[in-house]
Amino acid sequence: MHPGEEREMLSAYERVRTARDNKRPTGMDYIRNVFPGFIEMHGDRRFGDDPAIVGGIASLNGTSVTVIAIEKGHTVRERSFRNSGAPSPEGYRKALRLMRQAEKFGRPVVCFVDTSGAYCGSGAEERGQGQAVAENLLEMSTLCVPVLSIVIGEGGSGGALALSVADRVWMMENAVYSVISPEGCASILWKDPGKAEAAAESLRLTAQDARMFGVIEEIISEEGLGTEGFYKNLKERIRKELSALSADPELLENRYQRFRRLGTDPEWEAAGPGF
Amino acid sequence: MALLLHLMKTGNKLEEGGRTAAPVQRDEGEPEKLCPNCRRRIPVSRLWGNGMVCDCGYHFHMKARQRIEMLTDSGSFRELFTGIKTADPLLFPGYQEKLETVRTASGEEEAVICGTALVDGHTACLFAMESYFMMGSMGCAVGEKITLLFEHALQNRLPVIGIIVSGGARMQEGVLSLMQMARTSAAVKRHSDAGLLYTALLTDPTTGGVTASFAMEADVILAEPGATIGFAGARVVEQTTRKALPKGFQKADFVLRHGFVDCIVPRARQRAFLSRLLALHRQG
Ligand SMILES: [Zn+2]
Repeated sequence: MHPGEEREMLSAYERVRTARDNKRPTGMDYIRNVFPGFIEMHGDRRFGDDPAIVGGIASLNGTSVTVIAIEKGHTVRERSFRNSGAPSPEGYRKALRLMRQAEKFGRPVVCFVDTSGAYCGSGAEERGQGQAVAENLLEMSTLCVPVLSIVIGEGGSGGALALSVADRVWMMENAVYSVISPEGCASILWKDPGKAEAAAESLRLTAQDARMFGVIEEIISEEGLGTEGFYKNLKERIRKELSALSADPELLENRYQRFRRLGTDPEWEAAGPGF
Repeated sequence: MALLLHLMKTGNKLEEGGRTAAPVQRDEGEPEKLCPNCRRRIPVSRLWGNGMVCDCGYHFHMKARQRIEMLTDSGSFRELFTGIKTADPLLFPGYQEKLETVRTASGEEEAVICGTALVDGHTACLFAMESYFMMGSMGCAVGEKITLLFEHALQNRLPVIGIIVSGGARMQEGVLSLMQMARTSAAVKRHSDAGLLYTALLTDPTTGGVTASFAMEADVILAEPGATIGFAGARVVEQTTRKALPKGFQKADFVLRHGFVDCIVPRARQRAFLSRLLALHRQG
């Protein structure tokens, strides 16, 4: 059997488990390998610095780029420090600060997305988790530089979307993108978290589903995931994509239309503009 | 229009919980509601006369059409985008059945009603979410209607008033419902960049993906007294932090104190408040 075929056969829930695997490359692994020489910038200038989101500047074959990644960590210690990649409002505000700076200096933005969701702590609520996510959605929709987001593991709900209002969104082959975790969905809808496997199927959260719905443009093969060759290929794809996007005179209109059509039913348009 | 009248008629027969109430028999004992705040039983007719507010100040839930009627000039509301209802894009198990039940019970086709209306003579675009329709959850049709409304308001240079109540994104529409947060936000941004006013009135509850998108993106954010406003549900927060939550956590007062709403406005004053805001932002 071809190794690619074997990967194709994973069920939706197996992909969820794969996406969550702590041995999988994290955001910082991608940064280290795709953007050597990355300089990290800290803090949101308002409250603090959220270790769950790492951001900074790097060079991609001579072009300056702003890079932002949600970092889960591998070890128990790292995971504790990074809050397992569940960002707080200050993390989203740091990301927005760096994106605005990218806009000022005309740098494209690359985001690596990997979170089970925005943090649900009481402090996060007090500091406006909802407002922080909302502001990113609002501002990213008109950010005047190209934005490329890559879901590398879990694309968990609003917490992932807050870094994914992009011109192009890619997903790793075994990454997932969902409005709710399968466990959460099963316990709310069927009062049984044990039905997570069925929920994962029903939620259509795989990369294949996302591409079919038009939510993402490309699926990145995980063949050789984490190897030098893998990062080299990815780097080349990112470079090509950013240079194509930088040449797009209709960047913002296309970004608007990209999201504008998601979820529109053809029958609604048939109803005519006047309704 | 006939549909609208029909819906209004059905809507008026509804009781809390989305069930159709038995016709009011004046001879028999008058229907009452138990106030969860003061624990008194209040005759429903008295509540109706008082905008569904108890004497103690407790604000009961209200249907979207009742709110529109309460906040706008009589007969001025013109509904828009009525044909848009969810198409079950994921073919999610049990969703069609659920929708049928909810549509019958609520008398609405979707969880948001959009249109134009006058508030003391000021023209505005208005959307009102329906708590009796899957707790105002946002699926693709809700996203579409709200996006269309902001686009319509932009084209016609009108302010938008949003009356918000929502449990968040509608999980039966998966990642596509999540995308509605980005899609509505982009439409809000274009409307905002054109210098137009958007006022949001957050009512109980305003949570999840709606808080994390258009509810928190308004120029002026108002809250109804006692409304729960937050991102994560209080129970989820408690499970995450394993600590007891402070008193009044995520209630309107709490959210105001933390700086995320402009004013708390009781129902009786909402219309006058909106009218004054519109007057202060009148252009040309
Ligand atoms: Zn009372």
